[in-house]
Amino acid sequence: MLGKLDWSAIPFDQPIPLVAGAMVLVAILGVLTWVVVKGHLPYLWSEWITSVDHKRIGVMYILLASVMLLRGGSDAIMMRIQQAVAYQSQGYLPPEHYNQIFSAHGTIMIFFVAMPFVIGLMNLVVPLQLGVRDVAFPTLNSVGFWLTATGALLVNVSLVVGEFARTGWLAFPPLSELSYSPGVGVDYYAWSLQISGVGTLVAGINLVTTVLKLRTKGMNYLRMPMFCWTTLASNLLIVAAFPILTATLAMLLLDRYLGFHFFTNEAGGNVMMFMNLIWAWGHPEVYILVLPAFGVFSEVVSTFSGKALFGYRSMVLATMAICVISFMVWLHHFFTMGAGPDVNAIFGIASMIIAVPTGVKIYNWLFTMYGGRIRFATPMLWSVGFMVTFIIGGLTGVLVAVPPADFMLHNSMFLVAHFHNVIIGGVLFGAFAGFEYWFPKAFGFRLDERWGKAAFWFTFLGFYVTFMPLYIAGMLGMTRRMQHYDVAAWRPWMIVAAVGMAVLTIGVICQIMQLVISIRNREALRDRTGDPWDGRSLEWATSSPPPVFNFAFNPDVRGEDAYWEMKAHARQQSFEHEELEYQDIEMPRNSPTGFVCAFFAAIMGFALIWHIWWMVILGGIGAFATFVVFAWRDHDEYVIPAEEVARIDRINIEERRSLVSMAGAV
Amino acid sequence: MAMTATADHARADPHQIGVVVEHPGPAPKRIVTAYGFWVFLLSDIVMFSCFFAAYAVLSGQTAGGPKGAEIFEQRNVAIETVCLLLSSFTCGMASIAADVRNRFWFYLGMTVTCVLGLIFLAIEFREFADLVARGYGPSRSAFLTAFFSLVGCHGLHVSAGVLWLLTMMAQVFAKGFRADVLRRMMCFALFWHALDIIWVGVFSVVYLLGGAP
Repeated sequence: MLGKLDWSAIPFDQPIPLVAGAMVLVAILGVLTWVVVKGHLPYLWSEWITSVDHKRIGVMYILLASVMLLRGGSDAIMMRIQQAVAYQSQGYLPPEHYNQIFSAHGTIMIFFVAMPFVIGLMNLVVPLQLGVRDVAFPTLNSVGFWLTATGALLVNVSLVVGEFARTGWLAFPPLSELSYSPGVGVDYYAWSLQISGVGTLVAGINLVTTVLKLRTKGMNYLRMPMFCWTTLASNLLIVAAFPILTATLAMLLLDRYLGFHFFTNEAGGNVMMFMNLIWAWGHPEVYILVLPAFGVFSEVVSTFSGKALFGYRSMVLATMAICVISFMVWLHHFFTMGAGPDVNAIFGIASMIIAVPTGVKIYNWLFTMYGGRIRFATPMLWSVGFMVTFIIGGLTGVLVAVPPADFMLHNSMFLVAHFHNVIIGGVLFGAFAGFEYWFPKAFGFRLDERWGKAAFWFTFLGFYVTFMPLYIAGMLGMTRRMQHYDVAAWRPWMIVAAVGMAVLTIGVICQIMQLVISIRNREALRDRTGDPWDGRSLEWATSSPPPVFNFAFNPDVRGEDAYWEMKAHARQQSFEHEELEYQDIEMPRNSPTGFVCAFFAAIMGFALIWHIWWMVILGGIGAFATFVVFAWRDHDEYVIPAEEVARIDRINIEERRSLVSMAGAV
Repeated sequence: MAMTATADHARADPHQIGVVVEHPGPAPKRIVTAYGFWVFLLSDIVMFSCFFAAYAVLSGQTAGGPKGAEIFEQRNVAIETVCLLLSSFTCGMASIAADVRNRFWFYLGMTVTCVLGLIFLAIEFREFADLVARGYGPSRSAFLTAFFSLVGCHGLHVSAGVLWLLTMMAQVFAKGFRADVLRRMMCFALFWHALDIIWVGVFSVVYLLGGAP
């Protein structure tokens, strides 16, 4: 009846996951009770859960990423403490638990923190920057988000029901095959990623179509803000790379569930095929994450330097070059696995070549700042911190791209330090820069600068104190994923890294404090004009938060830095533009399709993990029925009358006029 | 502000040399939908390419089991191919019928497409069942693993296509040729044709190359 599921799945003998799970459960129940008692449920349901508004969905993506960041960060704290104490002892985490923690940490941080964070930012900003009212497929957008959330849910369920994979974040066979991992851990891993992978693919298709087919009048390709370009590149990579992940995990699941022989040791299976397939997805994935971050930095650096982006065309070229070359370097992840010197040399050179466009970008940002009137607001701090940090990470990357050096450093702590260097220094700093930069746009008030700066400095310093020692430990020969060790020389560096982790944690606390303080002081921090940073692109041309239809009139773009030109134009003519005729606007209706579909996907995923076949069928039928019901509805749009559009738009125009006249007086 | 030029848009676009063709604005819904679906089809083809690659890698790994030439029946495959290619034609007829809002020809075209798809699936199912019965199931060898997965993945797509086809017919029956129904019909036609293209790949790589003694 319940497949493999019984009471032994609950780890009553392990206090850590049980207590953590109980705390999460209490927190969720607490929030739910508060929501229900306060009567917020109808609001949440109609304004957020069923919303197909790209801005709302973007915010929910970022919320999901932030919550999961806390989960992944807790895993990181536990690992750093374990390695600090587990010198010639077992530490406090038993090996099977430690293995689950590092696997969950990697899986969560990549798939459920970095991915939703950048997809959230793209969702929130790109339609605004393109000057349009929504993404190409609003309802599918909601489906994509809720499927991602389902994946995250399943990973967290594994904390208390069953176990998570002990195989590392990419579940290499033959370890991940049934004979070596008979538990449900790998199944939790694979099904969560399959479900969230569908969500990511949907988001990718949606954003590619949005950028290529939905641009406002005059928004030629070479007038798009840099963030739109990096969004395009990143989502093209999603469309081309995520199906590889889906296929690879499907093969692994077929091996585990139906006795196939893709990657087994017996009957002619080929383990190296898994390595090639998973990294053919895995390396583009790195650029899927970092390209949007590059886009954020381009926007931030240009805005806070008060200058147009230096070398816009070379930036576009560099972005698209990275997009293509990222598919030609995957083998550098396993130089040591016997491909031979010729193949290694080719991939080593390709890996060094991909550093060139990245270098072009760094110089462009530096030259954008050169001669500019720089304002060191929090987003700019994250950007400058990124440039310094990412260069170090990039250089160590070029170092391990040299096959002989890689043979020495492969799977060592040096590698761990390298990829944290680029992912924290690149993606996470970019995500935080984007968060600080676009928060006023999303919510209509600014974030507190003092707490923001404190968060930056603690995170920045904490990063160096945590990860520089790992480089050294790697040089001293320490391999990754060690539950305990006996080498005295490594110990001091592990202790320093643990101290660094404490500093990083203070950074996270500052970030939370910033949010709390800013929400409390929101009236003082209110952004009335919609243009708090003196911005350059179209998202600043509408109010904060933007109305549901984004723009009363589709903007007419005449050049690069569209909004900057409009402002310059308006100052000369002091807003003496003729009153335009407002029109009715049609917007897509909200739909619970995404949420209901994800509900069935969650049931189906859980049932598949535990081999509860009747429930699988039930979930499948439910998901199909949801789409049929959606396809059957008669009205998929509603109309906002022209008077309402006019009322909303005139308020914003008044605020802007007063800003321009004030600027004129100065 | 140092900008003193009035409506000098040439300067607002400093890199543009010569005549700038202005982007006309967002594309109509029909274009957006079809374009997005094309992008999905490309991603689906990438997924198939992984199974093709796996087949190429594993096709020699018979582990003492049968080779391709020993188990493939060219006659059945020929019938399957004819069914699928014909169904693409009838699906095209149904699309034209939908475009001119002709219900009779639409239902007829879709029904024939459905029947041809079902015949294809039945033959494939019989082939699979026969192999399993002879002890040549997917767990027998890595070659058979790759064979069953690649061909089965295509078969699953065809099954999903048949389900979609029936839903489409029901929708036209209930809602008529509404704009959104027509957009979905266009996507379905694209999907069905794409499956044909993939079948041509399967036919060549699996049955023709693999069938060589």
